[in-house]
Amino acid sequence: MIWIAFAFLFWAGAWALNARLANGPAAGTRAVRLIVPSLFGLTLLVMWEAVVRGLNVPQVILPTPTEIAVQISESLPILWVDFVQTFMKGALSGYAIGCAAAVLVAVLIDRSPFLQRGLLPVGNFAAALPIVGTAPILVMWFGFGWQSKSAVVVAMVFFPVLVNAVEGLAASERMQRDLMATYSASYWQTLWKLRLPAAMPFIFNGLKIATTLALIGAIVAEFFGSPIVGMGFRISAEVGRLNLPMVWAEITVAALAGSAFYGIVAMIEKAVTFWHPSQRARG
Amino acid sequence: MRLVVPILTVVAAIVALWYAGSVWMNSQWTLDQAARNKQTLSFTQIVRDTMDQKRPVLPAPHQVAEGLWQGVFGQAVTSKRSLVYHAWITLSATLLGFAIGAGLGVLLAVGIVHNRAMDMSVMPWAIASQTIPILAIAPMIIVVMASIGVTGLFPKAVISAYLSFFPVVVGMVKGFRSPDAMQLDLLRTYSASRAQTFWKLRFPASMPYFFTSLKIAAAAALVGAIVGELPTGAVAGLGARLLSGSYYGQTVMIWSALFMAAIVAAAMVGVIGALQAVTLKRMGMRQ
Repeated sequence: MIWIAFAFLFWAGAWALNARLANGPAAGTRAVRLIVPSLFGLTLLVMWEAVVRGLNVPQVILPTPTEIAVQISESLPILWVDFVQTFMKGALSGYAIGCAAAVLVAVLIDRSPFLQRGLLPVGNFAAALPIVGTAPILVMWFGFGWQSKSAVVVAMVFFPVLVNAVEGLAASERMQRDLMATYSASYWQTLWKLRLPAAMPFIFNGLKIATTLALIGAIVAEFFGSPIVGMGFRISAEVGRLNLPMVWAEITVAALAGSAFYGIVAMIEKAVTFWHPSQRARG
Repeated sequence: MRLVVPILTVVAAIVALWYAGSVWMNSQWTLDQAARNKQTLSFTQIVRDTMDQKRPVLPAPHQVAEGLWQGVFGQAVTSKRSLVYHAWITLSATLLGFAIGAGLGVLLAVGIVHNRAMDMSVMPWAIASQTIPILAIAPMIIVVMASIGVTGLFPKAVISAYLSFFPVVVGMVKGFRSPDAMQLDLLRTYSASRAQTFWKLRFPASMPYFFTSLKIAAAAALVGAIVGELPTGAVAGLGARLLSGSYYGQTVMIWSALFMAAIVAAAMVGVIGALQAVTLKRMGMRQ
């Protein structure tokens, strides 16, 4: 009972503080912008811990954050091996291949308006399909190793990146292209010096969407068969043994990896498209 | 016409590639069989054999079409072999979860737009959550809920709701904020209350964003329901068909389930798109 009371007291206190900070004079500063969401996250964790303890929720239903933290620190080697298998081998290789292929195809079909008109609706349609369902097929074709995970990731990231890249290549303005023509620039020079840079904000939009998809694809593909290593394998195996702290530990790693991956791509975007208004406004 | 011809060309090219792929990938088995029987096959014989193997590596398009036709029209819809039956099981979980997730998402977006503290504390997490592979928790939700006695439709709906929740929150916050300062100032000069501003300006202005985020949410909800069917041991639903197909090497079954899922996804996105077109037209917004 005391835990529950503590949870709600903490929540009320933190929320009052947050409300004061958010509506106070310092609301716009960087510090407050960081403090308020962190405090909210902390509140959620404290509430979780206290409510689970207060209601005596068994560990097989919901472990507390401290139990999960202990599990993470105890099984760092396993988590690292799983991370390398799923993220480094499966997701990253598939992401690189899929995105490169999509940008290449976009450049290739860019010369033919006919193909563009045909491929864009098909690509848009395919981007809405549950492509993750191809996982069992690709696991059959490429075996249980990381190659099949990589293939699923390629299939998942290809269409979103393709659609964005095609849109991006059409983004340079008539005026700018005419200017290139007056310089008597060749097709490839125009592409390299004008149209690809102009397409970068769009391409990066696709690349950012693809980061999450890549991780999802790699993890879900492991549900359909994998060697005895990997985040998806560990999740489904430990769920079967009702060892929930380990499952949560893997999920924490997956969440951190997903955010870090997205963050890195966003940082590269910032460096590449520093000239774009959406980047300048923030600085 | 301007659009139909190119699309058909691309689709035809994909089908042609598919046929070529299935000849190439299935021929290995044909050649092995022939070598075992000490036969030599001509090219046409190989091609003919790759077109209707029982367990092809890559089923030819017409085999998948036949499997799909058999599954949809060849059985009573209540039969366990009917794809309509399985699709309905998945779809019902998807729709329930989608409704819950989208409803809660809109509510939270309303809160975020009207409360500064909520905006600053919840919004960064809602955005960050889109970079997290949430789907990874699906097996856990299913198993944990089964261990406390909740099975069937509801656990899958929870996953669908969770997946469709965040795109709707982010999209709707953007939508409710889309009226510009000029329009908001105008309503202030009318001395409109916050509720009036919401119903007469923010809510109508958010409609295009609403439908766009619903489309994303519907696709995500379907994926959630399919993945939610995996750890229950392949009882019913499209995800179960995928899993049992991969257990028994029934590739035609996997491909038909996959296409059924694609049809369901396309139907949902299509319905939302039609609603969007009608609504926006009646509201006088250009599409």
